[in-house]
Amino acid sequence: MNRMKKYLPYMVTLTLVIMLAVPAQAQCKGFAKKLCKLELTGYIHDGNYHAAILTEGEEAELYKTFFAGQKYRLAICGSETLPQIEYQVVDAYKNVLFDNTQHEMAGTWDFSLESSQQLKVMVKVPVTENKSEFPNSGCVSIMFGFQEK
Amino acid sequence: MQHAYFNLRFLSIVFLSGLLLVNTSCKSCKENQKNKEAGLEDFLTEEDIFDDINKAKKIFYSLPSPLETAMLLKSAGVTYNEGVLNDLGRVDNYSTNKSKALNLGIYTTDLSFASLFDQAQTSIKYMDVTKKLANDMGISDAVDEETMKRLEQNLNNRDVVMDVISETFLNTSSYLKENDQQDVAAMVLVGGWLEGLYIGSQMVGDSPVEGNKLIDRIAEQKLSFSIVERMLQENKLNQKGEENRDIIELINELHGVKMAFDKIEVQTSAVKVEEGGEAEGDMLKSQTKIKVTPEAFKELQAAVQSLRNNFVQ
Repeated sequence: MNRMKKYLPYMVTLTLVIMLAVPAQAQCKGFAKKLCKLELTGYIHDGNYHAAILTEGEEAELYKTFFAGQKYRLAICGSETLPQIEYQVVDAYKNVLFDNTQHEMAGTWDFSLESSQQLKVMVKVPVTENKSEFPNSGCVSIMFGFQEK
Repeated sequence: MQHAYFNLRFLSIVFLSGLLLVNTSCKSCKENQKNKEAGLEDFLTEEDIFDDINKAKKIFYSLPSPLETAMLLKSAGVTYNEGVLNDLGRVDNYSTNKSKALNLGIYTTDLSFASLFDQAQTSIKYMDVTKKLANDMGISDAVDEETMKRLEQNLNNRDVVMDVISETFLNTSSYLKENDQQDVAAMVLVGGWLEGLYIGSQMVGDSPVEGNKLIDRIAEQKLSFSIVERMLQENKLNQKGEENRDIIELINELHGVKMAFDKIEVQTSAVKVEEGGEAEGDMLKSQTKIKVTPEAFKELQAAVQSLRNNFVQ
């Protein structure tokens, strides 16, 4: 019985997390549309939706081909509950082309390409010193915009 | 005795691992040798970026959206030709989930293409059919009355028209992904991507292959094809672990396009970043080597045409 009491808070939290998962997922759509898309001002959003709920310490990856002659903006946003999102863009040779931790945690990166390339975007929610027992979770959205030339 | 048995077992494992390592590295030796012979030792192919795919919580495969596809066609020098778009009258023919999803992608690329060339009346008509298909698929908020009104009132303002198309596609893809229909979202994207390939390859006509910017742009889609394959493979099983017949069928249908792309070589060099100012952004300097023979392009053109015509029936 005592053992049961010990685990009760964990069980309650787990149940709450599961119950909240579906509505929270739905909130990512609103978050991406209303907040993250603003980061693409001046660019045309491509219309693709890449968003997920991530917890501190978790990572996501995105693979995309970028084409020569286009000017792109990459925007990565995390909801308020999360610390600032870290991300890197790497090429097929694993060269790091952009690391936002080296650019004052910039949420956007503007670039053009001389030649078309497949690139990988690696996103990480850093772990913070959290006073509560459970790590924070929230929406993370990756968006691309381009400019007509 | 038991000690000797474990030693023997340990040695066998070491031996087998060694054999495996030698075999793997020899395979890589042969590939390196092949690249060296072709003078491509500093270039990688479209599959190499997936080499160290992480066990990240979430992996996204991103294809050019219909809007980006249309933009790429325009920047490659394609001119507008309404004759290549999917017939509006066919919209009632699409009764299965798969045909609805593929043609929603196809019509959205057509809509983007028409809008980018300022074809106001055609854009309205294509917006109507995308709205109808989206509604049929249960995505009622993809194109609401307000969106239609905004489009009609700003037909001569290309920026607003582009924004409306982008918003519409975002509504569709977010609805599908947040309602556990990633497979349907993938089919919409594949339909739109294939329509871009179709329009581009139809516009080439009998132009020479050598030094043809549009053909190079089409050949570069080989890079996106590897993403198409992975995205579909990821959706082969549903959440219950059952086979997704639509996706498996689509993978099989794409076989001809895959075979044609296999005959085209696209290799990329490492990227060097040239930092730019705030206005122009950074420039990613690299080289892409494309080898496409007239025969290989004809094969791709035919495979794309046949598959696209099959989808729009």
